[in-house]
Amino acid sequence: MPGEAELRLRERLARLRSLPLLGGAKLSGELERLERQLERLAAAPAASADEIWRSVELARHPDRPYTLDYVERLLDDFVELHGDRNRADDAAIVGGLGRFAGRTVALLGQQKGRDIRERTQRNFGMAYPEGYRKAMRVMELADRHGFPLLALVDTPGAYPGVAAEQHGQGGAIARSQAVMARLGVPTVSCIIGEGGSGGAVALALSDRVLMQENAIYSVITPEGCAAILWRDASAAKKAAAAFKPDAAHCLELGVVDAIVPEPDGGAQVDPDGAARLLGDSLGEALEELDTVPPDELRRLRRAKFRAIGVFA
Amino acid sequence: MSSRIDVEIEHKHAPPPDGKRHPNTCPKCESHYRDDELEANLWVCAHCGHHFPMRARARIAHLADEGSFVESAAGLRSEDPLDFFDLRPYTERLAEAEVSTGLGEAMVTGEAAIEQRPCELAVMDFAFMGGSMGSVVGEKLSRACDTAAERGVPLVAVTASGGARMQEGILSLMQLPKTVCAVEDLHDAGGALFVVMGHPTTAGVLASFASLGDVIVGEPGALIAFTGPRVVQQTTREKLPDDFALSEQNLRFGHLDAILPRREQRSYLARLLRLFSDAG
Repeated sequence: MPGEAELRLRERLARLRSLPLLGGAKLSGELERLERQLERLAAAPAASADEIWRSVELARHPDRPYTLDYVERLLDDFVELHGDRNRADDAAIVGGLGRFAGRTVALLGQQKGRDIRERTQRNFGMAYPEGYRKAMRVMELADRHGFPLLALVDTPGAYPGVAAEQHGQGGAIARSQAVMARLGVPTVSCIIGEGGSGGAVALALSDRVLMQENAIYSVITPEGCAAILWRDASAAKKAAAAFKPDAAHCLELGVVDAIVPEPDGGAQVDPDGAARLLGDSLGEALEELDTVPPDELRRLRRAKFRAIGVFA
Repeated sequence: MSSRIDVEIEHKHAPPPDGKRHPNTCPKCESHYRDDELEANLWVCAHCGHHFPMRARARIAHLADEGSFVESAAGLRSEDPLDFFDLRPYTERLAEAEVSTGLGEAMVTGEAAIEQRPCELAVMDFAFMGGSMGSVVGEKLSRACDTAAERGVPLVAVTASGGARMQEGILSLMQLPKTVCAVEDLHDAGGALFVVMGHPTTAGVLASFASLGDVIVGEPGALIAFTGPRVVQQTTREKLPDDFALSEQNLRFGHLDAILPRREQRSYLARLLRLFSDAG
């Protein structure tokens, strides 16, 4: 059965075709564009609004494994590093060094927190600029010593507060990306839960960007989008269906390089299994990048991100 | 019985809701101007110095030497990769924005000269869907970086943007890393980026290329924030300082090099262009 989007497209196509030919080139361009969209739609994974919303719920599941759950299962000899060497240690972002698949790697990731006390301490995984400055410090350390960088992304977004603005939230997120664009070591990011907007992309300018099956990656939360575009925060499900933050769509749009499978029912059902699957994918990605020289890594990484976008 | 009281807290500098005030009436001091008066004064209130929004074409006409501007990538148009539909289809919003602004997108780019010094210009226009950054804005900025690098001239960017364009979903978020990579390529080629932040410069644009300027200046009273005052207030219930996230606060906290009224921007940029050119 054709979806709502397909029906709408077909209707627009029919309307366009029935018009007397006016501005030749421009109109045929529009026709072509619609037809291409229709083809893409037919080939697209048939993720319904319900399936997309299920991803949103699983990505935010309170039992979903967080960064430190994976660190515990995947890294040996983990040493956590604290502080941005400037003014604070932001617990919303975890950074450190450890042994992964027989080599030393640097690791970064947002950490949400399991109970109320830890959630408050970690600010629900919403970092201040200090968090991103800590991340930059760890990235630069990795670069200096030739350690590959792994980044696990799981945040509703960067923290929207008065002090965060005063300390330069926008600039910190921009510079964190700029540092990642400069690194001469292999970098792999994986969206493991919520990939919320700028706060997520600050740790995701990597050679390989992976995404767990039930993670979401989006420009705004479904609630925020609904509040702005529908002026109704309860339209979140509708909003999510419209901007499609699920892994299948992110892969289709070329935003992520691969999807990391999760155990049946989601990562929270079997954290050990989820960690094994994540470890396998991270290991494979690092192996592919191992032999690429630093200048080539930088060039390919930037070329990859500079090619993203759809326009005519 | 409902005991809930809705209190809407507005920032005192926030612009009034659309339609309540004539666009030529100053929101700060209520002075009213004819179109030609505003234009003659670069859309700055002659009485109190409030900076009205300034359109991209007008900015270019003011900043660039007469006849020096050659537009590039003018034909780029947004697609609708998500087939996005909120209250109205995205394609309809785009068409409407093009008709009402006379622009193909929220950014105009091209080569120019300022006081005979060559540069590349990238100027945003808030009137086109809130200056939001989608694939086309990202691509134009990206190409402007390349052209600047090839010509060996600095890139001057004037920003006015509400952030990423939600209608393009995750692709609009990807314009952050895309423009960051473009600026990094420009920097590696020895090129410079100067940024003039107009009102507002927020969210995705602030969190990407705009913050990577070698020199960054703000217009007086411009909102420069990753998250705007209303959302901060609603999310955190914190008390906001009077000049929260305005240019003035950003200067005080070290995020800007200067605050420049419109009249002074051209000569300031010309000075920078001289300083960054080999010939001196």
